[in-house]
Amino acid sequence: MNNQIQPGDSRQRILARIAASLGRDPAIAAASAAYAVLPRHYRATAATPPAQSISRFLDRLHEYNAACVRVASEAGIAAAIAAVLAARSQSGLAVVSGIPPAWLPPGFNFPLANPLTAEELDRQPGILTACAVAIAETGSLVLQSGPRQGLRLHTLVPDHHLCIVFESQLVATVPEAFPRLDPNLPTTFISGPSATADIEMTRIKGVHGPRSLHVLLVAD
Amino acid sequence: MRISLFIACYNDALFPQTGKAAVRVLERLGHQVEFRPAQTCCGQMHWNTGYLREALPILRHFVRVFADAETVVVPSSSCVAMIRDHYLKAAAMDNDPALAREVKALLPRVFEFTEFLVRKLGIDDLGARFTHKVAYHPSCHSARSLHLDEIPLRLLRHVRGLDLVPLANAQECCGFGGTFALKNADVSSAMLADKVRCVLNSGAEVITAVDNSCLMHIYGSLHRQRTFVRAVHLAEILACSEDESGGESVLAPDQHYALAEHSARVATETAQ
Amino acid sequence: MKPEANSSPWNRRDFPEAAREALAAEPLPTAPFEHSQTRRNVRHATDIIQAKRNAVVAELPEWQALRSAGAAIRAHTLEHLDHYLLEFEANCVRRGGHVHWAADAADARRLVLEILAPHAPREVIKIKTMTSEEIGLNACLEEHGIHPVETDLAELIIQLGHDRPSHFVVPALHKSRGQIRDLFASAMHRPELTDSPEELAAAARSYLRQKFLTTPVAISGANFLLADTGGVCIVESEGNGRMCLTLPDVLVTVVGIEKVLPCFQDLEVFLQTLPRSATGERMNPYNSIWSGTPAGDGPREFHVILLDNGRSPILADAESRQTLRCIRCAACLNACPVYHQTGGHAYESVYAGPIGAILTPQLHAMHDAQSLPYASSLCGACYEVCPVEINIPEVLIHLRSQVVQQQQSTLTGSLGLWNIAMKSAAFLMQDGGRLGAAVRLAQTAQAPLVSRNGFIEWMPGPLSGWTKTRDLPALPAESFRAWWRRTRSAQPATPAASEPHHE
Repeated sequence: MNNQIQPGDSRQRILARIAASLGRDPAIAAASAAYAVLPRHYRATAATPPAQSISRFLDRLHEYNAACVRVASEAGIAAAIAAVLAARSQSGLAVVSGIPPAWLPPGFNFPLANPLTAEELDRQPGILTACAVAIAETGSLVLQSGPRQGLRLHTLVPDHHLCIVFESQLVATVPEAFPRLDPNLPTTFISGPSATADIEMTRIKGVHGPRSLHVLLVAD
Repeated sequence: MRISLFIACYNDALFPQTGKAAVRVLERLGHQVEFRPAQTCCGQMHWNTGYLREALPILRHFVRVFADAETVVVPSSSCVAMIRDHYLKAAAMDNDPALAREVKALLPRVFEFTEFLVRKLGIDDLGARFTHKVAYHPSCHSARSLHLDEIPLRLLRHVRGLDLVPLANAQECCGFGGTFALKNADVSSAMLADKVRCVLNSGAEVITAVDNSCLMHIYGSLHRQRTFVRAVHLAEILACSEDESGGESVLAPDQHYALAEHSARVATETAQ
Repeated sequence: MKPEANSSPWNRRDFPEAAREALAAEPLPTAPFEHSQTRRNVRHATDIIQAKRNAVVAELPEWQALRSAGAAIRAHTLEHLDHYLLEFEANCVRRGGHVHWAADAADARRLVLEILAPHAPREVIKIKTMTSEEIGLNACLEEHGIHPVETDLAELIIQLGHDRPSHFVVPALHKSRGQIRDLFASAMHRPELTDSPEELAAAARSYLRQKFLTTPVAISGANFLLADTGGVCIVESEGNGRMCLTLPDVLVTVVGIEKVLPCFQDLEVFLQTLPRSATGERMNPYNSIWSGTPAGDGPREFHVILLDNGRSPILADAESRQTLRCIRCAACLNACPVYHQTGGHAYESVYAGPIGAILTPQLHAMHDAQSLPYASSLCGACYEVCPVEINIPEVLIHLRSQVVQQQQSTLTGSLGLWNIAMKSAAFLMQDGGRLGAAVRLAQTAQAPLVSRNGFIEWMPGPLSGWTKTRDLPALPAESFRAWWRRTRSAQPATPAASEPHHE
């Protein structure tokens, strides 16, 4: 083999090697037919009663050291946010675009996150978003870039993330979450605050992402 | 039932008492036991060391010797694993559909000793008596290939006077691994040290298993350290019976596993 | 394919030799207890991950179904690898990404440098990536005046300590908190640091925060590529990955060609099996999935380098192709009793443990690392935990046979002790009479080796490996077959095959 490979060569070379190794021509079809019949005998959906999903979700968040407050209706969101901020002695937090003004309690600052640079976000005390779907089995919040859910850096740079989850957004298992997602949008699964176990396998809450995660679980 | 005993090559040469114990247990249950002297080896050592070509004539020989056997019983789980997991692959490798057919016909008739007693015969109480503190080492092939699970423990729990003690990290390999013990002697020894520490911590007087290969390895260290713990194949424990009625004791006069002999004698004396 | 000239920091010695060193206690004045400490750390970490893994696996009733589905999806992808790579390329490009193909490590390094050149960075931030280690990227960047900053906590520990990763999920598991504290205190000029893991993680956070906010170029690996969306999925815990994926202007992802999955939705399997297998969590804190350069969110320039580097020839071998199903969870390392003893460095390979023992020699077309397929007792613990059902023991044996054939093709190999011993044993084992005679001969011949206690305590040559730490029972005077003949001669002996069928 030559030490110097010409640009463009490698693509043809690799594809040819794969085809040769698999013992056929590079042009292939039939992948989709074979894909369709792959065995998938795991739970795609689970007939889980909502109450059970909710209690599992709360358990998981508790294990992750993420705080969760239950809210009786959408009308109660503002008061719940006010309570969280008051408890943290926080003067406010950044909000992503699309958050309904009715969610925001008076007496706090809620600057819009979208125009802020990363450095400016770094100086914000926290961020408020909603989510696309939440998963009870794993205690996960799934966010997709767009209105109410912001951009990926919004839920990353500030040290505190407050996330609104409606009970209708909660699914029991991981496979149930996927049909509710748009595969084309930037997507982040968040399961508890950022963490590491790199030091003697001790799980430590908070490395580079937000060190505090609050969830408001809203009945709807 | 007419049972053909495949003793396994290393048991034949090193641990004949295990074969004698298996014969005694099976005959006591009223079965007719035969030993085909043409038998040699399952081919595992060659296969696992990468000498696949060299393993082929050995396993062909096995299939030929036992082709017409009604039932083949083997007091060595790793040999059974070799036969079950690799014989068909060997036939495919050699492009030999006839061999594949013979293997397929033979496989349902080949059993590990304890598996044969519990799964095939449905017996878990052999009327045995063995008054010692015993720990059971689930050898890798018996656990992960044959999935014997609770079978050996069920047999041991029915042995009169036997005090079964738990073994920490029981599922971890003892480090034998056939030629691994020679090719990677340092790592193998380190693994063995961990296993032996667990055996000693268990407080057992006897370590047992369904494979003498692992027991030879574990006992190799126990003996080197001059501990009091002995290694005894499970078949030998099951052969120590309460109602021994004279005749030659199959366990005597083997020098290595004097404990089993001693137990048999104690059992006989107790019964009288 | 000819193996590439040594471009990595991994100077490869045979496994037994490297393992012997790892297991040896070094003389006290030079490096007191370092090996002992390392072995304790490895054991501690693998015990904890194993226990957590077993607990979260046990609570999923469909675990075996998930394993089988994962294995089937990965096997299917490999059978149609060119198809899915082309589909990934088209979709990634359509969404604004650039896709490059690297035939080998040198090719990949050249591509990275070419991509970086217009941006002339002095520093790049990096997410933990084994492909980067595989192609020796850090050394190459340093040579060209670009300082790579590792941002994963464990990789940072490795980088600051001029060490090598010993595990591909928890690369610094061989380090204790005390060792990490000393490293951070000196490298970050923080003498006041204690060995509390919280404090050490906080130190890493403040050390790296400014780098995240100001460094314009990031380099990553990837856990999965998604053909149907041109997407990339990265699974992580700390958030350093998300920082690198979203804050810089330019992102370069170097990923093995085998990492592709057909569909976005296939993640529903692997996002269940990977976290549980890798860290014993139901889900790791962060998973990022994106394709190309989504408007206004993340880097403006995104490059994927598809790395072959010895992978495509592995597809040709139907038996060992399953190696490429691997999703790098490292469950096989945590389960492996050999790894427990030696840790990762003894494998002298980017990929350690059982998967490394089969992957590394194959990536080098079996021209190198021939001792690795023997670095296993074939206990099967790796296969049992593998979330994509790679039958590692089966592949190990298959690769051993290739090593044996290589040896037998040379004169020294075929005249070697092992080959002669194995050939002779095979000859004896084709005939019961021959074997019986050999045993009788051995019963006599062993006499000089047998101690008075009836055990063999010393043996010569390769057999000395046994008797260094173990005794061996001497052959008893009477073999089983001899006993049978003596006591049961009244019964008809049953010669092979010729005997009529018994009912």
